[in-house]
Amino acid sequence: MQISVRVNGKQTSAEVEPRTLLVHFLREQLRLTGVHIGCDTSQCGACSVLLDGKLVKSCTILAVQADEREVLTIEGLAPREGLHPVQEAFQECHALQCGFCTPGMVMAAHALLSRRPNPSEPEIREALRGNRCRCTGYQNIVTAISAAAEKQSKREAQP
Amino acid sequence: MTGTKRGSTGQIGARRKRVEDPRLLTGQGTFVDDIQLPGMLHLDFVRSTHAQARIAAIDTSEAAKCPGVVAVYTAEEIHGFVPLLPGPAELPGLRAPEHHVLANGHVRYVGEAVAAVVAEERYTARDAREAIRVDYEPLPAVTDMERALEADAPLVHEEFGSNLAFELPLGNETAAALEEADVVIQQRMLNQRVIPNTMETRGIVADYRRSDGQITVWLSTQAPHLIRSLLAELLDLPEHRLRVIAPDVGGGFGAKANLYGEEMLAVALAKQLGRPVKWIEERQEHMLATSHGRAQLAHVTLGAARDGTIRALELRILADMGAYPHIMTPLAPLQTAAVMTGCYRIPCARAEIQGVFTNTTAPDPYRGFGRAEAAYYLERAIDLLARRLDLDPIEVRRRNFIQPEEFPYSSPTGYVLESGDYEVCLRRALEKVDIGALRQQQGRLRSEGRYIGIGFASYVYRAGFPSLPKLPRTGFLKGGWESAWLRVDPMGKVTVLTGTSPHGQGLETSLAQIAADELDIDLEDVVVRHGDTASIPHGNGTMGSRSLAVGGSAVLLAAREVRHKALRLAAHHLGVEVDAVRLEAGRAFLPGHPERAISFADLADLSYSFLDLPDGMTPRLEASATFEPHNWNAPFGTHVCVVEVDVQTGEPKLLRYVAVDDCGRAVNPLIVEGQIHGGVAQGLGQALMETVVYDSEGQPLTVSFLEYATPTASDMPTLEVELTETPSPLNPLGARGVGESGTTGAPPALVNAVVDALAPFGVEHLDMPLLPERVWRVLHEAGAVR
Ligand code: FES
Ligand code: FES
Repeated sequence: MQISVRVNGKQTSAEVEPRTLLVHFLREQLRLTGVHIGCDTSQCGACSVLLDGKLVKSCTILAVQADEREVLTIEGLAPREGLHPVQEAFQECHALQCGFCTPGMVMAAHALLSRRPNPSEPEIREALRGNRCRCTGYQNIVTAISAAAEKQSKREAQP
Repeated sequence: MTGTKRGSTGQIGARRKRVEDPRLLTGQGTFVDDIQLPGMLHLDFVRSTHAQARIAAIDTSEAAKCPGVVAVYTAEEIHGFVPLLPGPAELPGLRAPEHHVLANGHVRYVGEAVAAVVAEERYTARDAREAIRVDYEPLPAVTDMERALEADAPLVHEEFGSNLAFELPLGNETAAALEEADVVIQQRMLNQRVIPNTMETRGIVADYRRSDGQITVWLSTQAPHLIRSLLAELLDLPEHRLRVIAPDVGGGFGAKANLYGEEMLAVALAKQLGRPVKWIEERQEHMLATSHGRAQLAHVTLGAARDGTIRALELRILADMGAYPHIMTPLAPLQTAAVMTGCYRIPCARAEIQGVFTNTTAPDPYRGFGRAEAAYYLERAIDLLARRLDLDPIEVRRRNFIQPEEFPYSSPTGYVLESGDYEVCLRRALEKVDIGALRQQQGRLRSEGRYIGIGFASYVYRAGFPSLPKLPRTGFLKGGWESAWLRVDPMGKVTVLTGTSPHGQGLETSLAQIAADELDIDLEDVVVRHGDTASIPHGNGTMGSRSLAVGGSAVLLAAREVRHKALRLAAHHLGVEVDAVRLEAGRAFLPGHPERAISFADLADLSYSFLDLPDGMTPRLEASATFEPHNWNAPFGTHVCVVEVDVQTGEPKLLRYVAVDDCGRAVNPLIVEGQIHGGVAQGLGQALMETVVYDSEGQPLTVSFLEYATPTASDMPTLEVELTETPSPLNPLGARGVGESGTTGAPPALVNAVVDALAPFGVEHLDMPLLPERVWRVLHEAGAVR
């Protein structure tokens, strides 16, 4: 089937099998390998991307379902040079170790902050329930998200 | 300590941001599944659905007909070009079963590979897998170790006549000491089976180039050189034409330090078929076929005097070997025995070990391997003792701590502890939680019907193994040494090659800090490379908390040598004696004569021009070094956990978690704290929720994250970590291991806390995991709830 998806700001047309999962389409056809696969039951969040601005697990969606829609992956988050503020905070606070869960974590954090610019610690922990990490104990991830929120709100406070 | 230089750039001890982060944060890391080669085939496996069965027939005809299928294999078809897997390390009397890559007429655990499919595409391979029909004749199975040792238990390996794999006593005599003890406590403790669950599952890409016989393997592994040697030996391949690359590795925790059947088959098939072969493990396969952890049971006996002085400790250990033990599987209980007396002066200690075959996935190293088990038994036993004697568990620990002046201390089970200061960590941890106030609060709340518990765990383990002459095994663990190679390029930039192979610990940053500190240059001027056998010196990989203390020491030695050479060259250039020159902040100079200086970059450039060198000096600033520790180093610490148990639901709620850990010199405290965080999370996961469950037929019921829950962010408390630094005398860095500290401290700290909370109900012990249902049941039995 022919689909047309806007991925990371670029309109892309492709031929996919009807059963192709969005995650496989992104990874294998578009070579966006920052989108990771950590499970086969939609319970790890390593494959998290934004679909029309909403956080989704790309392993639970067929590529054809993304037809005529907009996808943002980790590769499209940062500006051309440097890092996105959430990515910056992750590095600053040592919120990643092996980095395998990281793209999904960052997308989840970004989605949370877009919807709630100043989340409390329990809200952050709650929002990350769908994203598993085995390396960090989440401590520094939570710290990083708070730090990114603070930075962002400071930036907004200064006109 | 043997004088670590602290450069003016102050790299050692600095909380540097990690240099590996930008690529991982932007999706530019390279994990095995990201590698695509032209013409690449996909490998998939049919796995046993029975815990024990005879295979009557396998029908692969339908699968072979699927479009896009290249080949289908069973044991018969690979016989002749795929050998058996290596057996377990050769312990005296150990019975080692044959371990086939594909089951040879008989399956012995659910998940055992039975047949393999190779296809053009991932989806096709999966379709074909589903089309293979295996006809099983089910046989009785046993997954419980105690049951497995009963006379009428089903046999995992008929030919052995029993399920006992080996038996081994260690330590000295305890009978008399236990006889004379004022009090003896006894407790059966389970250290349940857990699954490593690295977020990146296992995976491999193998490529064979027919023209020159070159084989390149990308593997998610902790030990590329060890794997290369094993592959070369087993598949009879020339080692120098075999290149193993560990790219970015998404966690290992011990489970990726071994060569697995799927991996060996992928390499053999790439050669056989002349096309690249990829295999990526699914999560369910990971839960079934990647090695598990722990799976130990111990009967603990502890004897003490009335004042709490410990006289003797005895462990009767059952260690699960699974159906087919891997190389290191039988070593876990030996590790337990070695460190069973922990940080305490216990004159008599003895372990009676039995290795047991069961119809299960074999356990193998998992963060804490054998030593975490020991700390759990001992720290639980000390709390039981304190309860029995009505003493403060803190005081019992203090009374028995080995004191700083008693080192080196030889334990009755043959482990020599070189240094430590256990009191320091305990004192800091107690200050941090404000133990006095906390206990008052506990008493007050108790009278209101709320149950707070405070749990302590003081641990020590052994890290960074030395060479082990007693455990020969060709192609594996050739030694406890680690290698490094350091070169300064003509423009003064530094490349460090390390034989250790990180899987997420940030060694590209910490090892660079060590080199930058020694050469007194900027961190940005150093790059660390690892994990590719074609370009790095032979190394032993990452495992057993060795990479920084051992691998980092090798880097330090190489950097020292380069530093000395740079100084000699600078002296020659400046026309002075070498002692007169200082190397600091990126330049060599004569103190007091700022104009007589040469930058590190110019010095580097100079080192490449032969005619400018002093007589006898070889060109280039570079050095290779090897560091061999003469003993294991001993990380230690105290963890304190505070919980509130809801007696209506049985749910333990974590109120605080304080960890004070000592890993000697901390090269990058930011990274060290991260190691503690992650380890504690895994330890709390084991203590609170993780366990593999088998039904009566031997079917595992925990095969996805739905049934096997690893902790999520909302399960975890805020972690308060503090470091003390007692340098180790065993390496020039003064470093101790740190990777396994968290998984060692957390389980006993948490269980002790919950048992403390339930003290008013007479609860003395609970087996992990402390799921609400289990706690509730105990409370119910104690009459606390109806
Ligand atoms: S891959 Fe695990 S949730 Fe999508
Ligand atoms: S950083 Fe390794 S899984 Fe999160």
